[in-house]
Amino acid sequence: MTNNILLQLNNISVVYSDVIQVLKGVSLAVKKNHIVSLLGSNGAGKTTTLKAISGLLKPENGKVTEGSIVYDGMSIQNSAPETITRQGIIQVLEGRQPFKYLTIEENLRVGTATRWTRPYKKDIEMVYSYFPALVTRRKALAGYCSGGELQMLVMGRALMAHPRLLLLDEPSLGLAPLVVKEIFRIIKRINKEQETTIILVEQNANMALQIAHYGYVMENGKIVMEGKAKDLKENPDVKEFYLGVGAGGMARSYRDVKSYRRRKRWL
Amino acid sequence: MACKGANMEFFLQLLVNGLSVGLLYGLSALGFVMIFKSSSVLNFAHGELLTIGAFLFLVLVTWARLPIPFAFLITLIGCFTLGFIVERLFLRPLIGESLIYVIMLTVGLASMFKGLLLFVFGGNLHTYPDFLPEGLAIHFGAIYVPPVYVASSIIGIIFLLLFGLFFKYSPQGIYMRSVADNQTASLSLGVHVKKVFALSWAIAALVAGMSGIVLGIINGTNVHEISAIGLKVFPVVILGGLDSIGGAIIGGIIIGLLETFTGGYISPSLRDVIPYIVLVFILLVKPYGLFGLVEIERV
Repeated sequence: MTNNILLQLNNISVVYSDVIQVLKGVSLAVKKNHIVSLLGSNGAGKTTTLKAISGLLKPENGKVTEGSIVYDGMSIQNSAPETITRQGIIQVLEGRQPFKYLTIEENLRVGTATRWTRPYKKDIEMVYSYFPALVTRRKALAGYCSGGELQMLVMGRALMAHPRLLLLDEPSLGLAPLVVKEIFRIIKRINKEQETTIILVEQNANMALQIAHYGYVMENGKIVMEGKAKDLKENPDVKEFYLGVGAGGMARSYRDVKSYRRRKRWL
Repeated sequence: MACKGANMEFFLQLLVNGLSVGLLYGLSALGFVMIFKSSSVLNFAHGELLTIGAFLFLVLVTWARLPIPFAFLITLIGCFTLGFIVERLFLRPLIGESLIYVIMLTVGLASMFKGLLLFVFGGNLHTYPDFLPEGLAIHFGAIYVPPVYVASSIIGIIFLLLFGLFFKYSPQGIYMRSVADNQTASLSLGVHVKKVFALSWAIAALVAGMSGIVLGIINGTNVHEISAIGLKVFPVVILGGLDSIGGAIIGGIIIGLLETFTGGYISPSLRDVIPYIVLVFILLVKPYGLFGLVEIERV
C-alpha cells in the first residue's frame, strides 16, 4: 500500500516572508498513476501547495516551516527547483506564462532543461501528437498565440521533461468551454499513456472531478475534505458550494442557519 | 575634380574606420546587453572588464612573451573565467535582493578593478609590440585600412556569427533567452537560472576582454582611456535598445560612424562628446531605443 504512494505531504505549514502563514498543516497523499484534484476557492492555498512541492516557493520568499514532503522515498521540502525538477516533478504555472519572445518550438526545447544532453526531436513529435494544433504554429512567436494554444504549449513544454509527477495549476483558466473539454481529455490521455501522475488544481470542480481519481478540498490553508472523486461529486456540501447545484437549486439565505453553519465550517 | 575625388576618398576612409570601430563598440555592448537581458543588471564595471582584457593580453605578450595567438586565447579563457568568478563571488549572494544594490555593487566593482589595475600598471600608456602583419592591410585606391581594423572586423564578424548561432540553436543559448523572457517559468522547467547568470557574466567578460585587446592594439593600453571607452556602451545600448543583441551591434556601428564623421568633418574634440549628445536625444524621442523590445501585449 505505502510503496504505491508517489508523493506524500505530512502536515506542512508554509510561511511567506517569515510572517504570513498560508498553509496550516496540509496533508495529502498521491498514488502512482493517479490524477488527484485539489479544489478550493481563491486564496485557499492550492497554488502555494503546488509551489511547496515544486520548490518554487523560494524565489517568492516562502518556506515550508513544518512538516515534510516525501517524494519517492526522499524528503524534498525546501529543495531548490533545479533539484526537484530533476527528480521528475514539473509544475505548469497558473496563467500559462509562455516565453513570449521564443517560438513555439523553442519554448518546447526549454522543456529539455533537465536532460539537455539527450536528443529531443522524438519528444517534440510526441508533444505534437498530443497537441496537433501546435504543429502549424511551430515557427510563431509564443507572444502572438491564442490562449488555448498557449495552454497546450505550456503543457507540452512540461511533457518534454518526461515528468513523473505533473502539477497543473488551473489549466482551464480563461478558456472557452470547448477548449477546456479538449484540454481535460488530453490530460486524461497523458495520465494513461505516459503513466504520469498528475495533481490538478482547478476552480472548475465539475470537470476536474470527472477525470480525477481522488480529490481534496482546501479552505483557508487547510484540507477540509477528501475522498474518491466519485464520492466527492455526490457529496451534498461539495455539490452546493462548488458545483453550484444546491438542494432544489434554490439560493440559500443566511437565515437558513443550518446551511450557514455548514458553509462557515469551510471558511 | 581632383578635390572632389579626395573628398570622396576621405569620406570612404572615415566610413571604413567608423564601421570597424563601431563593430568593436557593438561587440563590447553585446556583453553588456547579455547581462542586462538575463538578470536585469546594469553592469557599470563593463569598462573595467575591457581594461582587464587589454592588460592581461599585455602581460602575456610583453612580460611572459607568449606567442600572439596563444596569448589571445589565454586572455579570452582568462576573461571567461573571471566573469564566472565575479558572478560567483559578488553577484550570486545578492540574487533576490533589490536591483539597486546589485547595480551599486557593479559600481563598486568598477572602482575596485580600476584601483587594482592602476596599482599594478600605473596610469601610463603601454603598448603592445607590433605584431599584425602589414599584409593584412587593405589598399583600395587611396583608401587605406590599417591591419588592426581589418583584424578587428574579421574577429568581430566571426564572433557575431558564433553568438547568433549560439543563441538561436544551442540548448544553453535557448535557456538563456528563456530566463531573460520569464524567470519563474524557466525555473519551473528546471533551467539552472544561477548557471545562466554565471554564463552570461562569463560570456560578457570574454567579449569585453576581446574588445579590450583590439582597443589596446589601436590606441595602446591605458587604464583611464580604455575604461572610459567602456562607458560608451551606454550610448550604444540605449541607442540600440537595452535588451536587443542585434540592436547593440547596430547601435555600436551607428555610434562608431558618428564619432569618426564628427571627428573628420567637424572637430576632433567633439568626437568623444557626440555619443552622449545622441544618448540624450534618443532618450527624449525613443526611450526604448531603436530595437528595444516593446512588450507584446495580447489584447
